Amino acid sequence: MISLRNITVQAGGFRLHDLSLEIPAGSHTALMGRTGSGKTTLLEGLCGLRPVLSGSVWIGGREVTALPPGERGIGLVPQDGALFDHLTVRQHLVFALEVRGWSEDRQASRCQELADWLHLTPLLDRLPAGLSGGERQRVALGRALAFHPPILCLDEPLSALDEETRAEMVGVLSGIRTRTGITTLHITHNRSEAERLADRILLLRDGRLES
Amino acid sequence: MTPEPQVSEGIPTVRPIQGSDRRFLSALVVLGGGYVVLLLAMVAADLFYTTPGHLWRALGSEEIRYAIRLSLLSCTLTTLLSLWVAVPIGYLMARFEFPGRSLLDALLDIPIVLPPLVIGLSLLILFQTAPLRRLEAVFPVTYAVPSVILAQFMVACAFAVRTLRNTFAQIPPRQEQVAMTLGCSRSQAFWRVVLPSARPGILTAATLAWARALGEFGPILVFSGATRMKTEVLPTTVFLELSVGRLEAAVAVSLLMMGSAVLALLLVRTWGGSGLRGRGAFRLE
Repeated sequence: MISLRNITVQAGGFRLHDLSLEIPAGSHTALMGRTGSGKTTLLEGLCGLRPVLSGSVWIGGREVTALPPGERGIGLVPQDGALFDHLTVRQHLVFALEVRGWSEDRQASRCQELADWLHLTPLLDRLPAGLSGGERQRVALGRALAFHPPILCLDEPLSALDEETRAEMVGVLSGIRTRTGITTLHITHNRSEAERLADRILLLRDGRLES
Repeated sequence: MTPEPQVSEGIPTVRPIQGSDRRFLSALVVLGGGYVVLLLAMVAADLFYTTPGHLWRALGSEEIRYAIRLSLLSCTLTTLLSLWVAVPIGYLMARFEFPGRSLLDALLDIPIVLPPLVIGLSLLILFQTAPLRRLEAVFPVTYAVPSVILAQFMVACAFAVRTLRNTFAQIPPRQEQVAMTLGCSRSQAFWRVVLPSARPGILTAATLAWARALGEFGPILVFSGATRMKTEVLPTTVFLELSVGRLEAAVAVSLLMMGSAVLALLLVRTWGGSGLRGRGAFRLE
């Protein structure tokens, strides 16, 4: 479960003030709101990418407010995938595992599992420059899920995709939830996408949450 | 109907060029072409002024061979020192806001905007201060080889910093942030994600620093002097040969420097790749 308790997060001139949010374990929560309403700031506060000035962040009953991003157990998929230009798809899938000191055998086995699941096997030796938009997002998903994080944060991951690829990715995201039961916070502008994937839709307006 | 852009080697091509486009593009070519013609004319004039014999004799001269060796050594050391400094400064300036950042930015550009002679003069004055005079008593700098490297470094490093600052600014910070959620510390994210992504920019900065150091003369003349077989680098040789009226030797050494500079800049283009051509460039045919 994710619990944000009265958090204040500052992003330049914008401040998300005294915000509280509970996301049940295993749920898929969509967070909607206008550009500049604070969705990404909230997500950055949760992930530890922006300091929480007051309040606390809890994940799975453990306070993580002061923990670095890598120790919070969150897989992040940004809007454009933010793939690493110099790494192949295979290297992306094992990136977190290498950093976390997994053995090469375990890395290879997890990489193959993710590649089969996300249909990335023929692309394993390609660099991001040679991938389509949908392929890039599948790689970003695989990279985020590789180390079995309990939380998945999606920051408008489908917004730059065409209709057909978007529909395909909605299927992929739906499959991830069925398969892993991962708790997901999904920022989106697209209501139909939110309605298809989420149990609960929240609206963030001027730094305040509405159901 | 507007023709669909075709893509060839990553560069879109638009054709045929319409009448109004042709006039506009012709005007650009005429305006810019004069400069290119002048550059080519300068090189051609040098080439016709000298002969292979002059070039060969220049290369056989003990003094000029010393200048070539010192130039290669000092430019290489200058490049390494410039990268050592420019990578951290470029990254900090591209990624972080801090008090005095604008002032620091202006300060870092001083070697680019100041006349090179002033850099040399300032270095000379700096090394006349009490602490550095004590240093010189045990490790001579002024009018010795270290002064050549320091004079080249002060100018070349500013260009490396500017290049690397732009390079790091173009790498999305989101990549580092994702790396940190995957388990990297900030330094691991830098080494594993940012630095490899900056590789073309680092090679470009290195080549620019090297080429800039090779052509540096003003600060070396003031801070290192122009002593044969001691602080003589290739631009010093051109100056010394000119001052004794050996124009052929001066032109031969100039051609050597031109060849080296062209080679270095071609390497920059190769390493810099499409980034230097400009994204979304159209191929004219």
